[in-house]
Amino acid sequence: MKGRVELKNSQREIYYFRLRLMLSLGFVLVMLFILLARFVYLQVVKHSHYQTLAENNRISVAPIVPNRGLILDRNGVVLAHNYSGYTLEITPNKVGDLEATIDQLAQLVDIQPKDRKRFKKLQAEGHDFESLPIRNRLSDEEVARFAAQSYRFRGVEIKARLFREYPYNEQTSHLIGYIGRINESDIEQLEEDKSAANYRGSDYIGKTGIEQSYESELHGTTGIEQVEVDAGGRGVRVLSRTPPASGNNLLLTLDAKLQEVADKAFGNYRGALVAIDPNNGEVLAFISRPGYDPNLFIDGIDEDSWNELNNSPDVPLNNRALRGQYPLGSTIKPFMALAGLYYNKRSPSHTISDPGYFTLPGNSHQYRDWKKGGHGSVDLFKSIVVSCDTYYYGLATELGIDNMFNFLSQFGFGKKTGIDLEGETSGLLPSQEWKQKRYQQKWYAGDTVSAGIGQGYDLVTPMQLAFATAVLANDGVGYRPHLVRQVQHGGSKDTPIPEVNPAFTINLNPEHVALVKRAMVAVMQPGGTAAQAGAGAPYAFAGKTGTAQVVGMKQGEKYIESQVAERHRDHAWFIAFAPADKPKIALAVLAENGGHGGAVAAPIARKVLDYYLLGKVPKPLPTVNDVEVEHD
Amino acid sequence: MIKQPLWPRLRKRFILHLDPVLLAALGLLMLTGLIVLYSATDGNWSRVLAQMVNILVAFICLWLVANTPLHYLMRIALPMYILGMALLVGVALFGEVSHGARRWLNIGVATIQPSELMKLAVPLMMAWYFEKHEATLTLSNYFVATLLLLLPIALIARQPDLGTAVLISASGFYVLFLAGLSWRVMGAMFVAALGSAPVLWSMLHDYQRHRIMMLLDPTQDALGKGYHTIQGMIAVGSGGVLGKGYLHGTQTHLDFLPERTTDFIFAVYSEEFGLLGNLILLGLYLFVIARGFVITADASTYFTRLMAGSITLTFFTYAFVNMGMVSGILPVVGVPLPLVSYGGTSMVTLLLGFGMLMSIHTHKKLVQT
Repeated sequence: MKGRVELKNSQREIYYFRLRLMLSLGFVLVMLFILLARFVYLQVVKHSHYQTLAENNRISVAPIVPNRGLILDRNGVVLAHNYSGYTLEITPNKVGDLEATIDQLAQLVDIQPKDRKRFKKLQAEGHDFESLPIRNRLSDEEVARFAAQSYRFRGVEIKARLFREYPYNEQTSHLIGYIGRINESDIEQLEEDKSAANYRGSDYIGKTGIEQSYESELHGTTGIEQVEVDAGGRGVRVLSRTPPASGNNLLLTLDAKLQEVADKAFGNYRGALVAIDPNNGEVLAFISRPGYDPNLFIDGIDEDSWNELNNSPDVPLNNRALRGQYPLGSTIKPFMALAGLYYNKRSPSHTISDPGYFTLPGNSHQYRDWKKGGHGSVDLFKSIVVSCDTYYYGLATELGIDNMFNFLSQFGFGKKTGIDLEGETSGLLPSQEWKQKRYQQKWYAGDTVSAGIGQGYDLVTPMQLAFATAVLANDGVGYRPHLVRQVQHGGSKDTPIPEVNPAFTINLNPEHVALVKRAMVAVMQPGGTAAQAGAGAPYAFAGKTGTAQVVGMKQGEKYIESQVAERHRDHAWFIAFAPADKPKIALAVLAENGGHGGAVAAPIARKVLDYYLLGKVPKPLPTVNDVEVEHD
Repeated sequence: MIKQPLWPRLRKRFILHLDPVLLAALGLLMLTGLIVLYSATDGNWSRVLAQMVNILVAFICLWLVANTPLHYLMRIALPMYILGMALLVGVALFGEVSHGARRWLNIGVATIQPSELMKLAVPLMMAWYFEKHEATLTLSNYFVATLLLLLPIALIARQPDLGTAVLISASGFYVLFLAGLSWRVMGAMFVAALGSAPVLWSMLHDYQRHRIMMLLDPTQDALGKGYHTIQGMIAVGSGGVLGKGYLHGTQTHLDFLPERTTDFIFAVYSEEFGLLGNLILLGLYLFVIARGFVITADASTYFTRLMAGSITLTFFTYAFVNMGMVSGILPVVGVPLPLVSYGGTSMVTLLLGFGMLMSIHTHKKLVQT
């Protein structure tokens, strides 16, 4: 009996279950039928509507590209701006015979072989569906000629748009950088940043320099225009419009006039210069020479110009100020002197006798001073003024590499300064640990000796050295160096200039700093290594020369500048700040293959300081290529 | 012992527990996916190859589960559910945020998305629970089962992951429905859901509300949130009856379609193969669902009936929600097109489910004969 009931229940249960299963199947069928109906509606009933939309997709919802923000110097001088012009564009897949079309176009407007090459390159990089420029900056006459004939050219259009221009050309190329057409990797990056929607319709993006580092400020917000289109894809009327918001203007810390003076002061030399206001970290001048014409890059550089830039032995595309790494040379000495005082290894009065060389105990190898026969009796003050190598060989040995590392890294050596430009390199401040990691070798006493005069493993960028000089000039208080003073939101000039605060303060004895600064002033006076450049300056002016070896000298070999191939000559360094008692500007100059810092790099600095402090515009330079020099 | 000939032994070892009819239909769907993926990626073989690897891994999972007897599945229901809940709580507390949602949990060796595990664990748990109380089912059992469903859903909806929450709700509801929840209670639940809609609305994240609003009027934010829907509809509609032809979809190749390898792959398919292609695809899905229903109807125990029914109906829900959102009748909730969209996780979850279906079908047979 009981068994029967259970059986019945179970059967009833299965019956109900299958009933519900049938209901589910009915539900599935109804839903699938709804989907099918939707497909029929979209693909049959509304097919022609959507086909038109698909064909003219670009036009039906059109983004309005915002105007890119301007870049101005600290006084409002324009460094990057936009101007409107016409461009002739081809959509390759809408054109039958591309070559023939371009040939026909060439009869109406001027199309150079390099324009063709550039177009080919754009075509290879992008899609055939995109409208690509064959000629930029058409003249009014060319526009008129094409307009009259435009009916003959399907898939070819004249478009009005804004062009970016950099009026200072080479002079600010490494600083401002340039914009270029958005490529695949840019798109990936934008998608990752979730900003791809804001770039719909944008063709350009910052590629290097300020244009890259401040892309998000400069670009602005894209607007939208919904346009009703006819079957031919032409807009009939605007349905709705959300206006774009222009990008923010950037007011730089740079002084364009100073930049120009500094650039000209280099004459024919390659090299770099960075000038900083030590009181707030504002970068006043930022030179890397040679520069290049950034305007070439905006619409894709043509192959010939690219090869020329890329294969030049002068490497104009290398940002020397930010990324060039050179041995410090004797510019390390003021910092070493402070280290010696800090660790009590030297007192101001401690005197050594310099025979012209230094030897480690139990080793006959001679580390030579640059001056044959030596400087005689040398104290700390004189060691800076005459740039005595022997003094620092001994000091380094007594300090040891780890103390040197700890002390010098406080000034930012061996690490990025944190300037608001992408791609900075960190230089190199060697330590025992570093050498073990890098070469799996122990640190030798001899390594310390050469490190003492900045000729060891150490590397520094002009940016870093200018920063370290600024920190020294400001008595150990460091401000993060920066290029953008103010972001003008919505173009308004009322945006407050953000206050800057010190990034760090180094614990230094003021008396030690004063002594080193006095010695650096004496460098510029008779008897100092840069006396010539300092002559007649109406302001107190502190400096230090340096030389970075390009090719090492063998033991006993003599360096004679005129006998060394030009590109193997030493690089000339010079650091300076002025006025010495209340510094307003600190800088580092590097002249590649300039030989001696005092003769080549210091006069460049002098011209910059004269302009900045006195408003004096230098006379055109005599060429400084063949100068008789005494090695420092 | 008489050694059996090689073939029957191989057959017993490897393919006895696979359902050839179902497998063939699944294979066709996955093949379609690979073909469309090739077009959607502009001919990127490495993506196609990566998807083949996903399929291989998922197939191995299917095979393993298909060969697992049912009592094992029942045994893991509770531990799996508890583990899943623990991981979900872990996500809520320590999860990693990506794209504005907290869905992933870093467990040292890998980051995992526990909500994916719950897609199978929740119906498994509910079916197990009903099986346990089969003899004495009362209304309170349905209440407990509903609670088992709502707990993980609350956690997943909070992440927020609306797509997964919808799918799991559906799979759990199917279990309740098939377990015989009375029509009156279902009616009451429906009314309650309708009544709580304003409350739910206020709990939704801004972007989720946006997506629902966009469904009503996608042109409102044509470059932003409505963009997906508009471009999807244009792709489907412009495909017409016969489609634009393989590799010739302009929406796809002009970069107008967002997420075209994953959630919007149906738009690519539909644009290139048209209404005819859609009919074939719907036919394939219907075939798989029908086969699932046959297996469900034949299932021998309460547990397997509930499980098989829920797996089949959830699979249908996947397909319906995806195609519905691409063609603009449902909001964009981030549900992939089952077996076609690119991605390893959903492929594994789906084939695990089908592995269970096959196990339910074949192990029952073994018992009978």
